Amino acid sequence: MSTSFLLLLIVLIGFISYFAGRARSFAQAGGKLSNLHSLPGYHGSYVAIWAILPAALVLGAWLVAAPVYIDSSTRAVLPEAVQAQGGATVELALGQVKSVAGGLNRLTAEEVQALESGSANLRSTLAAKGVALAGEGEPYMITAAQHFNAMTVTNRWLMSAVVLLIAIAGGVYAIRNIATRFRARNQVERVMLGALIVASSIAILTTVGIIASMLSEAGRFFTMVSPFEFFFGTVWDPRFAAAGSGGASGQFGLIPLLAGTLYIAFVAMLFAVPIGLFAAIYMAEYASPRLRSTAKPLLEVLAGIPTIVYGFFALVTVGPFLRDISAQLNGLVTGNYQNFIQAQSVLTAGIVMGIMLIPFVSSLSDDIITQVPRALRDGSLGLGATRSETVKKVILPAALPGIVGALLLTASRAVGETMIVVLAAGVAARMQINPFEPMTTVTVKIVNQLTGDLEFTSPQTLVAFALGITLFVITLGLNIYALYIVRKYREQYE
Amino acid sequence: MTDIASPAVRISTRPASAKRDIGIKRRYAAERRFRAYGIGAISLGLFFLALLLWTVFSNGYTAFQQTTITLPIEFTEKVIDPKGERTTDGKVLMTANYPLLVRDALIKQLGIDASKRPLVKQATDMVSASSRTLLRDIVVADPSVIGKTIPVTLLAEANVDSAFKGQIDLKVEESKRKVKDQQVTWMNELASAGVLKKSFNTGIFTFGASSRPEAAGVGVAALGSLFMMLIVLVLSLPIGVAASIYLEEFAPKNRLTDLIEVNINNLAAVPSIVYGLLGLAVFINFAGMPRSAAVVGGLVLTLMTLPTIIIATRAALKAVPPSIRSAALGLGASKMQTIFHHVLPLAMPGILTGTIIGLAHALGETAPLLLIGMVAFVVDYPGSPMEPSTALPVQIYMWANEAERAFVERTSGAIIILLIFLVVMNLGAILLRRRFERRW
Repeated sequence: MSTSFLLLLIVLIGFISYFAGRARSFAQAGGKLSNLHSLPGYHGSYVAIWAILPAALVLGAWLVAAPVYIDSSTRAVLPEAVQAQGGATVELALGQVKSVAGGLNRLTAEEVQALESGSANLRSTLAAKGVALAGEGEPYMITAAQHFNAMTVTNRWLMSAVVLLIAIAGGVYAIRNIATRFRARNQVERVMLGALIVASSIAILTTVGIIASMLSEAGRFFTMVSPFEFFFGTVWDPRFAAAGSGGASGQFGLIPLLAGTLYIAFVAMLFAVPIGLFAAIYMAEYASPRLRSTAKPLLEVLAGIPTIVYGFFALVTVGPFLRDISAQLNGLVTGNYQNFIQAQSVLTAGIVMGIMLIPFVSSLSDDIITQVPRALRDGSLGLGATRSETVKKVILPAALPGIVGALLLTASRAVGETMIVVLAAGVAARMQINPFEPMTTVTVKIVNQLTGDLEFTSPQTLVAFALGITLFVITLGLNIYALYIVRKYREQYE
Repeated sequence: MTDIASPAVRISTRPASAKRDIGIKRRYAAERRFRAYGIGAISLGLFFLALLLWTVFSNGYTAFQQTTITLPIEFTEKVIDPKGERTTDGKVLMTANYPLLVRDALIKQLGIDASKRPLVKQATDMVSASSRTLLRDIVVADPSVIGKTIPVTLLAEANVDSAFKGQIDLKVEESKRKVKDQQVTWMNELASAGVLKKSFNTGIFTFGASSRPEAAGVGVAALGSLFMMLIVLVLSLPIGVAASIYLEEFAPKNRLTDLIEVNINNLAAVPSIVYGLLGLAVFINFAGMPRSAAVVGGLVLTLMTLPTIIIATRAALKAVPPSIRSAALGLGASKMQTIFHHVLPLAMPGILTGTIIGLAHALGETAPLLLIGMVAFVVDYPGSPMEPSTALPVQIYMWANEAERAFVERTSGAIIILLIFLVVMNLGAILLRRRFERRW
């Protein structure tokens, strides 16, 4: 019985229990609903919950536990000689036994007989059925595989029987509880509340998952490469090791990547902040409601465009444009038509990322500027200041902490941005200060290290998690500080 | 000294305009400048938006047309099945030399001498190499066509396609462009005969990945995206709503709920690529799910979308006036009943709007999908979310990395399709808000 079919059966039992519970509560009430404490639907739900929930929990636990038990029992069947070698050898043998077991299920009885008597070659027989073995099969593997298969079959039947029994027992128990004064609604609501709590803890679990997974993988990386070398190394040259050779060849210096990340983010902010801030001030202080209601959503369209589209824009339009215009400029000045801006450069990535950030800066600052109390504005205007003087001398100083928070939030986006830099910034990890040359970022290297064939034992792959946790910590720090500032600012004027 | 003296002089000569110089002109000029900066900033932002869209549309609208060549193909038995084994050996029809049929048809159509090899090669190069599979599928589906001559519409090769659309400058020296003069002559000849023509490109919607631009489409990627969006919707909407209800309506104000609050706000701002790392480590490495599968992508995007949905839902729940709750409670409803029967339905438009916007974000997300192996060359439609698949934005990324001119067109075309999806979703969200939003 397959797991999904079993699940379907449980749900079916739940359905039946629901109607049974409802009917029983009707019967108990003797046709007068006002006799009941809870509505019949609640009684039905109560019975259904008892039928489904414990069975589903047991099923889940069983599915996790059973493979572990079967594996350990199969390990015990392996010959002493194999077991004595311990560790990796046993795991390798176990893996082979499992593939043999999968292959045996596809063979006919005669073929199995031939294998057992040793007259047929295990590997070639299985290969004919489309099961590839990593090495030459050993005779003991057949017995172990048969043991494994037998265990699996028994396990399936046992699991099905136990789970179905629990479902039925739960339903029956719950039905017997039903009475006119029974508080079914309170019971059901308690389960619902539990479900709500579980749902809201998923947010916590996600964070825990992010931190735990990255720490553990990064920890494995740091056993191969020292943290000092990683955090303070100035050369990034991971040198993809050939599969299987392993070994920490290559250098993993974070500094050039971090420099590139911060440089590009800086250029982007340099581009986005003036435009975004002026747009926000104009919209908050000057614009007519009509202009505001058209320009604001249009600017926000920029925030809704996927970043891959910006990357393409950089690749097809902005990069070639900067390259050509630099060649023309150079030609006009020196007569040598050689471009001094590369198509993939810090400037290209910075400008395009800046365009993407404009709406973030403008709408966040807009919110903050409009929160400045009316009285401050009126006071300043009443004293004879012009509007721009009011903005510069009164509103901006009052809104400054909030705006700084907004800019920090934007900066954290710039640091974590991936697709634009993947397509526009280049892959060369260099430390230099010329914005017309390509540099690379942390996110680009995460993508580079993790696309293609992966081997989770080599530092070349694991370094991505070390980069990831670095990125996570930087953005988290920026966010927490920014949220703190924004919140504090908001309280000030509420 | 002169500064002080000058107003005094002015007063004495022109007593009528007895005003102190408070620099009003200068200040008004500054005011105008300031205003101009604001207008400049807004127009610059809008200019970039227009430029971005113009780049995509001007490059991409031609992707929805494809040059086709309709040739009468003679399915000669001698070529397809020279030994007459097709009834016994199924492989014969699969491996037959179909390009030869195309070659023969072209030779006949263009009147080329079959012995002139380079000329024949140039002619066959005009037709997409995907014709092999096209003809094979026709024959395999209906072997009775063997021996008959039927007109078949073949795709033109990408460079001929570009030349016919006028994207290749034909004045450039012949050796510097990919379409030869002879091919251009033939192209015009075929076009005037009505054999070669532009038609609506259905292929871009239905095909999968291909190394040949003319045979590449987003169909397979779009199905992968659809699978993921379904998973995201099915998981993130109930979980997000449940979490928001608890946090907004039930949670006691204490350290733990504060922590969850801060946590959710932070998760909304975590770079998306970090979710990709999470998916790789937890779902693929730890839980052993298949790489490149839509189910993993869906789970990763669900985790990414959850904070957005939770924040939107909480705002929507907050907007329902407390009087509704009081009324329901006063009539004897339990707290659960109040929320599920009265508050939630009233908050639903806001929740759905937030969900659609979250889904739109997830649809355009690329970075986390790269890490879980969805950068795959997937030719066939995935039958289930467990099979290898790719996604629309990832397909765009892969095409953007291709060097050929024709792929720029395809990439822009795919971006247009993606943007249309996003516009439809966002318009839906806006309409929903307009239609059902209530202000109390």
